[in-house]
Amino acid sequence: MPALEPAIDVLRQFSAGNVDAFESLFRQHQGEVYRWILRIVRDPAVAEDVTVETFWRIHRAHARFDPSRSFGAWARRIATNAALDHLKSERPETELPDDLPQPALLDPGISQELRDKMAQAFGRLPPKLRIAATLAVIEEQPYQEIAAALGISAGAVKLRVFRAVRQLRKDLKQQGIEP
Amino acid sequence: MKDNQEQERIQSLLKQALPPTGAQPRASLQRDLWPAMRRRLDQHSLAVPWFDWAVLAALVVCVALFPRAIPVLLYHL
Repeated sequence: MPALEPAIDVLRQFSAGNVDAFESLFRQHQGEVYRWILRIVRDPAVAEDVTVETFWRIHRAHARFDPSRSFGAWARRIATNAALDHLKSERPETELPDDLPQPALLDPGISQELRDKMAQAFGRLPPKLRIAATLAVIEEQPYQEIAAALGISAGAVKLRVFRAVRQLRKDLKQQGIEP
Repeated sequence: MKDNQEQERIQSLLKQALPPTGAQPRASLQRDLWPAMRRRLDQHSLAVPWFDWAVLAALVVCVALFPRAIPVLLYHL
């Protein structure tokens, strides 16, 4: 559930560079920003670091913030960019964290080996396609929200998801797996 | 038609391989990140921007090459 939008006075003070206002916004939005980033990077420790990086960027960009607009949406856009930068800096096929969740209902028709191969193929996707597929397919976020966070149209998000899935299929076929 | 089925199959497989983070034990923030943020802010406030160093270096070079400019510089301070 999104955090409530802060009072306009706090937003104005933040925009003017007031650190107390920034702290108030940080405390109000850190949880929401963390959860959004976790959806993208899928590692709690990394998500914490990227959350701090996101707010650092927010702090530096305070003068560019328009207090009449939504702080939450602006923060989410910056968080998405910070998470994307993290994915770009990551080595392809970085080991996934050990505490990844297990699906609620495991399909007995899908072997663990197939799941692992899929996870590896997913790690090889270009970061822009990976973000779109993560948010749309795995996290089932609305296309409009993803589009706003990425700064592109909903149609462009659908295209990226389509390309991601097509690339995954190609990757699996190259490994001799017929999905 | 076949393409659509394949797309759906891949998407379903992807969800099985990488489930949503909502099911993760640490899906919500477990600690306050403000102290880490505060450290980051303090580190930056102590750091001198590279531009300031460049201006200082230019000033030193200027004074070394043109010592007679020192009174002019002092006058403008």
